[in-house]
Amino acid sequence: MALPQKKQQKSDATAARLSALNLPEGGAWAREARGAAKARVEAMGLPHPRDEYWKYTRPETLVAPQAPKAATFAPYESAVFGDIDRVNLVFVDGVFDPARSDDPAIGGVEIEPLAGVAAKDIHWARDLYGVLEARGQAPVERPLAALNTAYATEGVVIRVTGKAAKPVNLSYLQEALDTDVMIHNLVKVEAGADLTLLENGPAAGRLSKVLEVEVADGGAFHHVRTQGRAHERRAATHIFARLGKESTFKSFTLTVNGALTRNEAVIEFTGDDAVAHVAGACLGDGKDFHHDDTVFITHDAVNCESRQVFKKVLRNGAVGVFQGKILVTPVAQKTDGYQISQSLLLDEDSQFLAKPELEIYADDVACSHGSTSGAIDEEGLFYLRSRGVPKAEATDLMVIAFVAEALEEIEDPVIAADVLSRLEGWLHRRRNG
Amino acid sequence: MLEIRNLHVELAEEGKKILKGVDLTVEDGKVHAIMGPNGSGKSTLSYVLSGRDGYEVTKGSASMDGQDLLDMEPEERAAAGLFLAFQYPVEIPGVGNMTFLRTALNAQRKLRGEDEISSADFLKLIREKAKALKIDADMLKRPVNVGFSGGEKKRNEILQMALLEPKMCILDETDSGLDVDAMKLVAEGVNALRSEGRSFLVITHYQRLLDHIKPDVVHIMADGRIVKTGGPELALEVEHEGYADILAEEA
Repeated sequence: MALPQKKQQKSDATAARLSALNLPEGGAWAREARGAAKARVEAMGLPHPRDEYWKYTRPETLVAPQAPKAATFAPYESAVFGDIDRVNLVFVDGVFDPARSDDPAIGGVEIEPLAGVAAKDIHWARDLYGVLEARGQAPVERPLAALNTAYATEGVVIRVTGKAAKPVNLSYLQEALDTDVMIHNLVKVEAGADLTLLENGPAAGRLSKVLEVEVADGGAFHHVRTQGRAHERRAATHIFARLGKESTFKSFTLTVNGALTRNEAVIEFTGDDAVAHVAGACLGDGKDFHHDDTVFITHDAVNCESRQVFKKVLRNGAVGVFQGKILVTPVAQKTDGYQISQSLLLDEDSQFLAKPELEIYADDVACSHGSTSGAIDEEGLFYLRSRGVPKAEATDLMVIAFVAEALEEIEDPVIAADVLSRLEGWLHRRRNG
Repeated sequence: MLEIRNLHVELAEEGKKILKGVDLTVEDGKVHAIMGPNGSGKSTLSYVLSGRDGYEVTKGSASMDGQDLLDMEPEERAAAGLFLAFQYPVEIPGVGNMTFLRTALNAQRKLRGEDEISSADFLKLIREKAKALKIDADMLKRPVNVGFSGGEKKRNEILQMALLEPKMCILDETDSGLDVDAMKLVAEGVNALRSEGRSFLVITHYQRLLDHIKPDVVHIMADGRIVKTGGPELALEVEHEGYADILAEEA
């Protein structure tokens, strides 16, 4: 019987992983949150290749007690967002490094390292830490996120009380070989407050990262990240967001390189008239590139707008996965949901697997979705070449044209230009190669 | 000088014959017009000359100033001085018009072994050319042709022509989709570029564009061949009598 066998394998793999870890010390609230998270992991079991949402992405290397070997990126990666006026907080191999970080004291924002927060017996973080992650476990289980809640000791806890004076940037440097890291960040955007959070860098050979975000009524959260160019890095990242009335949430991710990336976003509208956009562009070259975007948006309030825009450029056997869901509950009338996932396959070896899902229980909604796979637009390519642009350069421009809709989701033009230049650099280095 | 000799072309995939022996010589500094009913092969001729994929030349030749065009990549033809103004200019999201124009100009200079133009010189040049075509700063900043009106797209084609300074310009149905004012503006832009060293091949279905861009020679194309050649009066004849009568006379 297949089912008992899978169940046994899951529980064996989970036990093996948990036995290699120790629950961290901490204050009263953190001990409680971590213990509860560990219990969730034990109840669910870690991901198995035959789990419904792991059919297209093999979880073994993310689940195994020992992380696979992983070289760091050479030449050393130049810092994206380096020219933006920001507060830079640096993590080296997953550990917050205050000496290499800016002074976090800026207007409108309170920033504390997770380690310090978790040591306290009482802290507001208890209302958020692991709380949004636990809510996000149904109807689809995300055990790697619960594992992170239980065992992560590093991260930042951010409370946004007004309009943040400048963006906060989290730089994740990867300096040692074969690193295995868990980072858990919390962001609480209070009513009417506004923060831009930037993240960049690979962080580790194997990274587990959770970001829990609560945006209160009228608040705004903008998030832009690039995931680092290290070829052998593996990452499972989760964003859990809960959005209040008239709030705004926008998240964009650029992924180039990396052996395995699974980015999950779980977003819930709890207040009316809110907006959530989740977007991503990934560029993969080679059969050792596997990128997975898994998104779940729950409309549980009236007149909210959600957009999912995911673009993947794949070549030389690279694999891209998209699993995106819009769930509209019976109360969520006037929902405006949009979902597009597209791949540009630059050769016949590359692969795009897409599973768009809509589940709608309200009757007055507008939801649309589309998923396409295609080759480069010959018409556009000829247009550029007829103007004298050589084929390789024209192809790069057509790639940029393809991902443009996702890039347009970045609101700040300076940040968008920085991301675009990163993307152009990647294309340029691979031209004719 | 553009010289086309006995050019036979078919669609590469279907094997359908489109051009069945085109002979045409456009001397330096001249404006030739090609008119003809839909499906006569006018646009195919423009695509074959500029190097679009999907066509197979089965017989004949096409050269510009003695260089064999058919043997060159599209970008090489452009660098050699050939320009095609598209009937349907392509939208390229995410690529700013200005970036596109500079990339094209520098790519051509590079292919010709010339130095790239400096940013300051480029800016000066493009502002001057854009002003003459009433193209504002916003149109230069926006992504290539994205959200442009029909008239704006065609003006943007002429702007590229003005910037790249080709020797041989092919205008493929440039008047399609334009109202009278937009057509006048485009025609003025073209007329301003007329010079001794630059030739034009104006492909059009209707005579009206030729009221504004006065041709030296008019050809009528039908069923893949040039069936009649004359002066500007030939275009007026088409306007008054229609293609059917002229083709009947020739048959």
